[in-house]
Amino acid sequence: MAEQFAALIIVVPLISSLLVPVIGWGQKKLCYPWVVAVLVVPLICSLGILNTVLTTGKFSYRLGGWAPPWGIEYAIDHLNAFVLVIVSFISLMVAIHSKKSVEKELSEKTVPFYTLFLLLVTGLLGIVITGDAFNLFVFLEIASLSCYALIAIGEEGAPIAAFNYIIIGTIGACFYLLGVGYLYIATGSLNMADLANILPDLYHSKVILVAFAFFTVGIAIKGGLFPLHTWLPDAYCTAPSAVSSLIAPLMTKVAAYVMIRLMFTVFQPHFSVEIVPVFAILGWLSVFAIFWGGIKALAQTDIKRMLVYVLVAEVGYIVIGVSVANRVGLTGAILHIMNDAVMMTCLFLVVGAILYKTGTREIHQFRHLNKKMPFTMAAFTITALSMCGIPPACGFFSKWYLIQGTIEAGQWVWAAALLCSSLINAVLFFRVIECAYLKPMEPAYAHNAGETHGEILRDEAPFTMLVPIVIMAAGVIFLGIFSGKIISSVIQFAVPASF
Amino acid sequence: MDVIYSSRPLWAVLVSMIAAFLILATGEKNRNIRESWTIMAALAKFLIVLSMVPVILQGKVIEYTIVTFYPGLLLQFRIDAFGMLFGVIASSLWILTSFYSIGYVRGLNEHAQTRYFFAFAMCLSSTIGIAFSANLLTFLVFYEILTIATYPLVIHSESKEGIMAGRKYLAYTLTAGCVLLFAIAAIYYMTGTLDFKAGGFIAGSGSSAVLIMLFAMLIMGFGVKAGLMPMHEWLPSAMVAPTPVSALLHAVAVVKAGVFGCLRVILYVFGPGLLHDLGIWLIMAYIASFTIIVAGFLALGQDHLKRRLAFSTINNLAMIILGAALLTKSSMTGGIIHMANHAFMKITLFFCAGALHVKVHKDYVSQLDGIGRQMPLTMGAFAIAAIGLSGIPPMSGFISKWFLCLGALEANQIIFLFVLMTSAMLDVAFFFPIIYNSFFKKPLDDVTPHFDEAPMFMVIPLVITALLSIVFGIVPDAFFRFFSLTSLAVQNIMGVG
Amino acid sequence: MLDYIISKYNFWIYVVLMMIGLYAMIGKKNLIKKLIGMNIFQSAMILFYVSIGVKAGATVPILSGHGHGHVHEVIEVAKYLNPLPHVLMLTAIVVSIATTGVALATLILIYRRYNTLEEDEILKIRKDTGV
Repeated sequence: MAEQFAALIIVVPLISSLLVPVIGWGQKKLCYPWVVAVLVVPLICSLGILNTVLTTGKFSYRLGGWAPPWGIEYAIDHLNAFVLVIVSFISLMVAIHSKKSVEKELSEKTVPFYTLFLLLVTGLLGIVITGDAFNLFVFLEIASLSCYALIAIGEEGAPIAAFNYIIIGTIGACFYLLGVGYLYIATGSLNMADLANILPDLYHSKVILVAFAFFTVGIAIKGGLFPLHTWLPDAYCTAPSAVSSLIAPLMTKVAAYVMIRLMFTVFQPHFSVEIVPVFAILGWLSVFAIFWGGIKALAQTDIKRMLVYVLVAEVGYIVIGVSVANRVGLTGAILHIMNDAVMMTCLFLVVGAILYKTGTREIHQFRHLNKKMPFTMAAFTITALSMCGIPPACGFFSKWYLIQGTIEAGQWVWAAALLCSSLINAVLFFRVIECAYLKPMEPAYAHNAGETHGEILRDEAPFTMLVPIVIMAAGVIFLGIFSGKIISSVIQFAVPASF
Repeated sequence: MDVIYSSRPLWAVLVSMIAAFLILATGEKNRNIRESWTIMAALAKFLIVLSMVPVILQGKVIEYTIVTFYPGLLLQFRIDAFGMLFGVIASSLWILTSFYSIGYVRGLNEHAQTRYFFAFAMCLSSTIGIAFSANLLTFLVFYEILTIATYPLVIHSESKEGIMAGRKYLAYTLTAGCVLLFAIAAIYYMTGTLDFKAGGFIAGSGSSAVLIMLFAMLIMGFGVKAGLMPMHEWLPSAMVAPTPVSALLHAVAVVKAGVFGCLRVILYVFGPGLLHDLGIWLIMAYIASFTIIVAGFLALGQDHLKRRLAFSTINNLAMIILGAALLTKSSMTGGIIHMANHAFMKITLFFCAGALHVKVHKDYVSQLDGIGRQMPLTMGAFAIAAIGLSGIPPMSGFISKWFLCLGALEANQIIFLFVLMTSAMLDVAFFFPIIYNSFFKKPLDDVTPHFDEAPMFMVIPLVITALLSIVFGIVPDAFFRFFSLTSLAVQNIMGVG
Repeated sequence: MLDYIISKYNFWIYVVLMMIGLYAMIGKKNLIKKLIGMNIFQSAMILFYVSIGVKAGATVPILSGHGHGHVHEVIEVAKYLNPLPHVLMLTAIVVSIATTGVALATLILIYRRYNTLEEDEILKIRKDTGV
């Protein structure tokens, strides 16, 4: 059974997603329990895979028994086993959370929503698990296509945002495909491990350089790295809350994973660092991403839009960690993939719960939310503090390693950008906390608020929403405290050995 | 040095954190039960801390590792004499402040009391964490928790003024946190360790320019909480917080955590030897002196009593740092023991200010004429503490000033002697008018001319602290063995440096 | 130089097509035209892949007579086209059709909502309604 986990983790959600319409045909209400039940399988599989990797080291699964490099291979090492757990866990949490918000926001479209939801998860898991460059493209498109459709069913401006995303996303995917094509011309192989063996002899070939350039741009588009992020804010913001809480944390993180995979496994660090100056460029772009995302976030009054811009900045964090190209920096980047996924999920879930309960996303209308939804707001506060880098929450520790990395690389401006970003986050999140916890400052409001002060009743989010929120918030603390354990048992093996 | 492994430091930290959540769970409806959690936690914490004093005095250290992140990078408690001193100060005063707080918030019928006691307990947890931390990382972790835990107390009033003060407070302290994070990360990169070591551990790990830069960053980071000029501005604004908060946090826990951090940096990270070689001790001393004098003058100009006390706090904190910066045995002794002495005296003053606020709703110095007749106990305690802070025997302030002056002479820097003298003069100038007016001037119309004190919950703690500051002046080693701890700490530092 | 250009003409064609597509996707205001540009873009990609599998004078990779006594005939790789890129493109075509489908569905949504597919008009409508 255990050796089949690698196949099951893809096959189960894929087949089940096609079964959702069948189940929903008879009884719409059955979709939700079905999806939640199905998503437990990838979680179990990914934990099994992680366990196998930790005990016996990396292994590969040959699809249909075809030997690589001809057949498709699922190559599993510490890095993707780790990311698999993150993806499957978060998608399960979001699925649990989605019940009420889907009923409210997408009551007519429950069945297609859950179908696409499972397809999206399949795509994300596939991207992470596959060891084949072309197969990665296919999964990338499965994920993207379901993403486009899920975004398009959102609020007022969603179709436009989705269409822009389709256009730009397709460019990104095609660039990736072109990169694969060039590599194929030069090497005749599509298997990542095989490519890694063949490529070092060809590092000075122009074909390889072109392929590398296409890869970088393609993935940067998919991951929303500044300045290729323009599609991201509108698309993620207008999507239904159940959708944005899945894609916002995961799509960008999976793209970051692909970047690490391509730059350090397919290509060797030696190539990516010494032959092409790509990291200098990416690092500085990330600095701009951090500032631009932060400043745009400051200008927003809509909390979801604010979070989306924060996300743009967070992508910058991870890319800085990759760009410093040293062991500790990359540790920070991989750690931040996890931490940021958890934090972002928690924040988006909270926003979903607030939207469900109060119908607003405007920050200044959050008055007395601490009394109405104490647990939700407590979770929000914990995560917000983590985003500002307050220990012992997990945000502090990824920041610690990232800053170590920039110091080791001698990139002071990058370090300064990371630090400034914590401060920008502090302004952003404390603004929300002030609105939610304290009386409004405007005297016009104060009068009314004073009168209703005693009458605010608790109106907490429904149980299905609260449970994932609380779990994620607890995760923020626990992942911080146990970050040392995670690094020493998983991440240090996930960092390419050549560092 | 003998190391004893014990989980007692962890419990000392955890006990108030657990209490904080119990407080939150109990809530507003059962407020007597809620307050009993506070009192119980305070007592338990104090007993745990006190039970470790004899061990420390034997020259041993107590160690407890919470979690290891990476080789050389761990959350760890290690209690030495210096940390113990701070731990005893904070935990002993928390008991008194707890009683006082109950009187205060009930006397004023404050809102959000649960949040208030929750945040208070969290603050104390992190303060003890700071006192007991074994390395810079642990220190930073608790330092940041302290920053956040204090925020709800600063904005407690939820007025516009309070929220503004909260923003200012966060702007200063979070920026400081970022600077610290960078400096500490750099130190870890350079040395591979962050453990405090008496006499410093960083020497020889980088060029002098780098070391000076790191020193400046660390002092900047910790100096913000210590109110070192020009980074002091948040402290007077934060006086909008309820008085018990100003008393324990803005005179003892939070600001002393900043001072404690500065002293850790000066004496345990860089060490006297290195600072002498780098020649920055003198600059440090001048910055501290500048703060002492300017804060003294600014205090003169404040009519709001708590703001005046805040500037006096800034003045005294800088004096502690000056003591450390002079790098001589006597000056260090003076500086470190002043942490304890100042704590007891200043908390008395703030308690008095709070009692006045609750009883007669007076916040300004100019309103205090004749108030001594109505509230003799409060104003008597105020007089004792104020005289003590001015450095007049037999109050405990004299002891610390004496050692500080000796230290200035030992360091052959007469100028600092004048700084200390001027400061004492300024203390007299801004405290004595209050004492004189309250006792000897004709009472204002709204003053009740007969005995009518604040609630006993408030008066008893402030009388106790006032008496203690006399006792520590006569017997510096009484009860808590502050003097022994101080000399042990100085011995450790000088023994190596 | 001319020889060089001509000998690689397949690449030139694909690059030109790709640029036309890219221009339409970015420069055109009409959303349908953008979509058509996207299709051209993807077709260019497919042509590129197909052309790299081609060899001059080679034939489809089907081994004739295999298993009928001619087993020992030597298989010369140069005689056969490389089938793999072509097979890959089958998948890519499916992907591109799916993308077109989703995009068209989205366009229908947009048209229903705004009654136009001109980007600037939609922006104007959205601005006027204050969204």
